[in-house]
Order: sequence, then C-alpha cells, then structure tokens
Amino acid sequence: MRKTAVLSTLILFSTLASAQQSPPAPQQTYVSNAEDARMKTLEDQVRTLAGEVALLRNELKDLRETKSFQSQPEGHILLASTRVESGMLASIPAAPAPEPVPAQLVQTQTYGGASSNAKLLNPDISLIGDFIGTAGHNNVSPSPSLQMHETEVGMQAIIDPYARADAFLSFGETGVNVEEAYVTFTSLPAGLLLKVGKMRADFGKVNTIHNHALPFIDRPLVTNNLIGGEDGIDDAGFSLSRFLPAPKDWFLEGTAQVFRGDSDSVFTAYRRQDLSVVGHLRAYRDLTESTNLDLGLSYARGNSAGLFTASNPSAFFTNIYAADATLRWKPLRRAIYHSFLFRNELFWSARDQLSPVNVFQTQHAFGFYSDAEYRVNRRWTLGGRFDRSGHAAAANLTDTGFSAILTYWPSEFSQIRGQYRFGHLAVAPNDFSNANELLFQFLFVMGAHGAHPF
Amino acid sequence: MRHTNTHSRFSAVAVALALSCALLFPASGRADDKLRIMTATTDLAALAQEIGGDKVEAESIARGYQDPHFVEAKPSFLLKLRRADLLIVVGLELEIGWLPPLITQSTNPKIQVGAPGYFDASRYAKILEIPTGQVTRAEGDVHPLGNPHYWLDPENGLRIARAIQDKLSEMRPNDSAYFAQRYASFEQRLKQADQQWLAEMKPYAGRKIVTYHRSWPNFAEHFGLNVVGYVEPRPGIPPSPQHTVELIGMMKRDGVKVIVVEPYFDLKTPNSVARETGGQVLVLTPSVGGEKEITDYFKLFDYDIAKLKQAFDATH
Repeated sequence: MRKTAVLSTLILFSTLASAQQSPPAPQQTYVSNAEDARMKTLEDQVRTLAGEVALLRNELKDLRETKSFQSQPEGHILLASTRVESGMLASIPAAPAPEPVPAQLVQTQTYGGASSNAKLLNPDISLIGDFIGTAGHNNVSPSPSLQMHETEVGMQAIIDPYARADAFLSFGETGVNVEEAYVTFTSLPAGLLLKVGKMRADFGKVNTIHNHALPFIDRPLVTNNLIGGEDGIDDAGFSLSRFLPAPKDWFLEGTAQVFRGDSDSVFTAYRRQDLSVVGHLRAYRDLTESTNLDLGLSYARGNSAGLFTASNPSAFFTNIYAADATLRWKPLRRAIYHSFLFRNELFWSARDQLSPVNVFQTQHAFGFYSDAEYRVNRRWTLGGRFDRSGHAAAANLTDTGFSAILTYWPSEFSQIRGQYRFGHLAVAPNDFSNANELLFQFLFVMGAHGAHPF
Repeated sequence: MRHTNTHSRFSAVAVALALSCALLFPASGRADDKLRIMTATTDLAALAQEIGGDKVEAESIARGYQDPHFVEAKPSFLLKLRRADLLIVVGLELEIGWLPPLITQSTNPKIQVGAPGYFDASRYAKILEIPTGQVTRAEGDVHPLGNPHYWLDPENGLRIARAIQDKLSEMRPNDSAYFAQRYASFEQRLKQADQQWLAEMKPYAGRKIVTYHRSWPNFAEHFGLNVVGYVEPRPGIPPSPQHTVELIGMMKRDGVKVIVVEPYFDLKTPNSVARETGGQVLVLTPSVGGEKEITDYFKLFDYDIAKLKQAFDATH
C-alpha cells in the first residue's frame, strides 16, 4: 500500500515537474535537443512507473480478495457482539499469530483509533426523550394522563483551544425552550472557570440537574413552591468559579453568578439594572474510596416576580438561602451493581411582596426534601423521598409529600420508572387536599450525551 | 426601600469580594521539580512511570480493580488534575462518561483537549475491532472508534511507552537522554519478558475461551487465544437467560472450559455457566493494580498468564 502511494506520488511529481518544465509560451520558438531528450526520458519513466503501479494494484487486489475471504468469520466475531448461535462459533478459526514487535517504532505511527475522522467537526449531538404518564387523583396541581414531557436536544463541542460550549434545547408540549446554552472558558489564569450564556444556576443540587437526570420522575415540592417551578433558577448571565484553599483532603469551590434577573416565578427584572445574583460554596470530601460527603451552601437574590402592579416593583426582593448535604456510597469493584445516595436540601425564602391590602410585607417560607436511592443490582434502583415546603408567596400554606420510585434500566441508554406519589397539599390555611398518584416514565437517549458534572 | 437596595448591592459586592479574596491565595506550591502526570487508568500510569522514572510522578484516576467505563467524576480528582502537567488518556471514548467534565472543571489549561499536556495513548497503539459500516446501539455499548482495551498487548505497551518517551522529552528536553535510556531499558526488558510469555502460552495456542466483556481482543491476538463467546449478550448489556443458555450450548459443543471474568463483574452467571459446562471461572485482571501484587506492567502479564496456564491445565 505504502509502495503504491510512493509510486503515485512520484508519478504526480514527475507530471508536475514536466508540466512546469514545458515551454510556457508559444512564441518560444526553439527547443533544444537536450530538453527534447530529457522530456522523452521522463515520459518513458512515467510510462514504466505507471505500468509498475498497475501491476502492484493488481497484486494488492488479489491479496485483499484472498484475505477477506479467509477472514470473513473473524470479522464477524470482532465487529458484532451478536448472539451466540448454534454452529456459528464452531466455524471461527483461531486468531492469527501476531506479528513480532517492529524493531523501530516512531511517534508518528498512527493506527487510526482516536484520529478517526468519523466525527469531523460536528458537535456531539444527543436527544433525550422523556415520556410521562400519570394516573390517580390530584385536584391541586393535576398533570395530563400522558405527555411527551420533554425532548431535550443537546449539542456539545470544543470551540477552540480556550473554550467549550454546551447547548440544551428543550422541546416541551407547549413550545421550545433554551434550557441551557453557554460557553465555558477553560484556560483562564488564576484557576478561574468562566461560563457565559443561559444556564441553570449553581443553586443547591436539584436546581442544577436536568429533568432526565433526576432521581425521580418529578421535582420535589420545594422546587415548585420556593424556586420557581421545573426550570428553577435558569437565566442568562455569567458564572465565575474557582477552587478555594481548603484543609487537607477537602475540596472547596466558590461560585459567583450574575444573571439578568428573570427566572420563572422567582425573579423578574423590571428594569435593566434589576440583576439577580447567586453565590454557591461547595465542600467535598472522600471519606473512603467508596464513600464521600458533598456539602453546599447557596444564596440567591433578585427582584420578586409577579409584582407588575406595584408602584416600584424594583424595590421588592426575594432572598433564598439553601443548604445541601449528600452522602454517596459506591463500592469500586461493584460500581455497576450497587450504590447508595442519601441527599437532603433545605431552603429558606424571604420574599418581599404586597399584601392583599397593598402593604409591603415579607413572607418567610421554609422547605426541604430528603431522598434516598439504592441500586439493588445492575438493572434495578429503588428510591424514596420525603417533601415538605411552604409557599413562597403564602408562607402559611405548607405542602407535605412522599414518593417511592422503582427504576428499571434495560441498558445505560434507557430507563423505565414507576413512582407512587402522595401529597398533602394546602389549598388554604388549614384546608388540605390529598393527592394519590401513580406516575410512570420512559426515558431514552440517542447519540452521544456528554457526562453531567458529579 | 433605600435600605433594601443598599443591602442588595452589599450582597453582590460581598459575593464578588469573597471570590476576589480567593484569588489572592496562590495556587498550590510545587515541592519538587517532578513532572506531574495524571492518567485515566493504572496501566498508563505504570508505563509513564517506567519511562519517567524519578523525574515524574504518575497517578491514575481509575483504580486497577475498577471498571474504567464507569468511574465517578469526583471533585477530589479535580484537585489532582488541577496540578497536572500531563494527562494521559486511553481514548476511543472509553472515558467519555466521566473524564470530559473533569477536564473542563480542572481549570488547568495545560491538560485541555488539544493542549500539549493532553496525550491520547490510542493514537500510538494498534486498535482492533474498529467497526465498519453502520454502527448502532443495537449492538450494545459499542465503541465506534475501536476496542479501547488495547493496552493488553505488550507490543502496544511498547508503542505507547515510546510515544510517552517522546512526549516527556518534548516537555523536559534536558532530561531526554534519561528518558531515552529508561525507554531502552524498558524495551529490552519487555521484549525479553514477552518472549518468555509467548513461550509459556505457546502450548495453549488456539485455545478457545469465553470472556465476560470484550476486554481481551488484543491480549487474545497477541497470545494466540481464541475468544469464541461472551457472557454479556452485547457489550454493556447484562447477561440474559436466553443468551446464557445459548452460550452453555456452544461451550458444551465446542469443549470450551475457561470463562474469563474481569474483577468488577458479578460472578453469578459465569459460575452457573461453569457449573453447567464443567468449566472454570477465571478472574483475570485487565489492569495494573487489579490485585495487590500487580504493581507494574510486567506483573500484569505475569499474573494473567500464570492464572490462564493453571486454568488450561486444570480443565484439559
């Protein structure tokens, strides 16, 4: 093969050389005998080389045909992880004897692998389908019986030597939403990591998780009651983070984010300067090689949403404080079979708003959830969650809930889930409505979906 | 109201100040002049240490007894990656589920993809099982760029070591003679050891084996073994009853007696297959550090070959 390439190159060069050496203008009337002779020699050489190339090509073709015939069954076993069928494997010959290690190996020797052009410059593209069904009884926040809840298209790529970008477009039942689209600058000085674009705020844990990566079909009550619903704090802005000095064996990271100030029903920017800010401090430690502890403190502040009737809405703020703690266990030798996660998140909301008689007031609401997930084996995961949360705008209303979930994993790329959800939901002070629901979900992943941060 | 506004500004400034203060702390100091090498797997760390000697400090993210497809991207790895001068990866999308976010979050420009400190070992190795034609996940968790378990061929170990020598010499030109000498010594020792391994495996050439996952094609090709089936019906798909029955039938028919299992897979199905076929389950480690005594690249093959010989002799 290499000989053929060398010969072809030689021919090409000879042709080019002869083209360059041929008389460029018709007015050049004389051609020396010597040049004539040289041209003729070159032409002869080209003919000889062409003949040799044709011969070599035929040889190569013969060789290929012979080899492909011989290696047909081997190709089958190497490339396809097919079911073992009767008689199929018996016909597979022994692996050929390996060639000896070449005496000299050069760095440029490349066998294909990672340098494959298969992906060219396209981003990694993925699509995640999230189908949810609901049965049972819920008068307070009913959801449809069947819904293609979300179809998330992800595109992720390295932009240049200094940055990468991630975009997730979410196609819901009512429209399209840019869930996240941001560029991350990875090569900044002083250990800084800068993200610019629209992103889920680094506020606690559940706020950062995409729908399809949640441990439950739904989000906890506190997400809806205190941080604005399914999308939570998800806004356009800047995020700057850095590792902080920490005691030995601890990982400490600080994040500061500034957003436009529009996030679902939590924050609204009434004026251009009504920005919202988020701060997050994360501490992490490996307790053993299988167990670790992840702690976080978060703070968010912005103008209270939904106050368009107020005379000066920019003077109304919502402050939210959160603390999270996660304990994980995953034995390394059996990581795909067993794991356990126990997570708690607590939220305090202080929301400025107008009272029913148009007086400035601050509502202080508290909410939390506690969840545990246990991977029973490679295909089954069990989980339970306890929820309790006040309403941000009416702190005297408190919802309580409980969920149990069972997840089946046909493979890494799909999940089938069933969740029982009970809710003791407040409709007015001291007036509650009980909700008993059965949810099921089918999740499927197409393409290369990049890993989510730990 | 003015009070609230002031409070808001104060909060924003406090967050900004906290971060700025953090910037004043210098990045961790270097106690020595060693090149810090982080690798995805222990085998690459072992090869880097062979060539780098006492001029480098090589450490792996994954442990030798851990499935390299499923490593958790723990923040504690970020602290190590942040200080790394060189990151050596297996590539071929083996680490796609955990390494990219670690690289991005490491805030270390030296090891970003494409930077001089990012080293993809698969570029220098002989890769098998590169799919041709259409690739779909109907085949399970296939690797579209080829089988990433290529380090289990000593010839590939040598190729990677040579490329590491070039990389280290490029990063530390003053020590290039040292790295060249370390490589020459490694090459000589590995070739010698390989002759010994090949001689030991020669009597078993062509032996048929079944493996749990497709981790062994390079090993099998080099040592003349014949992998005729897998406990997994497809890569990454857990064993199914139907496939297990078919596998047992095939093993009985063809007289296959050895089932090779990586240390991170459950032994329940392999054991039941072995009981049905009168075969033997053999836990072989695909990586350095898979067992306590496997402390370098040589001991990996010493261990696996010794175990294989025992199993072949016992099931003859």
